[in-house]
Amino acid sequence: MSAVAVAALALLSAAAVLVLVRLVRGPRSLDRIIAVEVLVTLLVAGACVAIAVWEYTTFVPVLVVLALLGFIGAMTAARLIEEREELR
Amino acid sequence: MTRLAAGAGEVVLATASAVLLLTGALFCLLGALGLLRFPDTASRLHASSKAQTLGVLLSLLGAALRVPPPYAGLLLLVALFQLFTVPVAGQVIGRVAYRTGAVDRSTLVMDELAGRLGPPDPEAAAEPGDTGSGDGAEDEPEDGAGDGRRREV
Repeated sequence: MSAVAVAALALLSAAAVLVLVRLVRGPRSLDRIIAVEVLVTLLVAGACVAIAVWEYTTFVPVLVVLALLGFIGAMTAARLIEEREELR
Repeated sequence: MTRLAAGAGEVVLATASAVLLLTGALFCLLGALGLLRFPDTASRLHASSKAQTLGVLLSLLGAALRVPPPYAGLLLLVALFQLFTVPVAGQVIGRVAYRTGAVDRSTLVMDELAGRLGPPDPEAAAEPGDTGSGDGAEDEPEDGAGDGRRREV
C-alpha cells in the first residue's frame, strides 16, 4: 500500500509542478486563478492519498475546508478581475 | 471461515482503493498537463474542470473505501460538493474570460454569446466609464437580462 502512496504522490507532485509553471507564466490573471484552483484540488487529492494509506482521518475536515476555500477563492477572484480592468 | 471472508474483503477493498487512487492521481496529472499545454484560457478551463474533477472524485472515492463509515460519508459529501461547485466556478470563470477578451474568438465554431455578453470590441472600448459606477451589491449578472441591462449602461 505504501508503494501505491509513493506512486500516487509522485504523480500528484508532477502535476503540481506543471500547475506551478502555468501559475508563473500566466499570462492572464484568469490563468493564474485557474492554476491556483487546480493546486487546491491537487492538495485535496494528496490528502485523500494520505487518508487512505496512513489512515489520517483527522485530515477529513481539512478536506471540507479546502474544497470550500478553492471554490470561494476562485469565484471571488474571478469576479474581482471582471470589475477591475487593471487586474487583468 | 468468516475470518477468511473478512480478510478477502479487506484485500478487495484495499485493491480497489489503490486502483482508484492511482487512476485519480493519473487524471490529476493529465489535467495539469492540459492546463500547461492548452493554448488559451477557455481550453485550459476545460482541462482544469473536467480531468481534474474526475481525478479528485476518484481519489475521494478511493479514500472513502478505506476509512470508517462516518468519515466515508464526509468524503462522499466533499465529492458531491465538488460536483456542485466545479461547474459553477467554471461557468463564472468562463464568462469572465469571454467578457475580458481571454477567449480567442477566431477559434470558435459557434459563438452564442456574441450579442449578449460584451467582449472587448470597439463599441465596448468606447465606454470606459462604467467600471466603477453603479456596479454595487445589486450587480448579479447571472442571466441574459441582467447582462443586457449592464451592457446598455
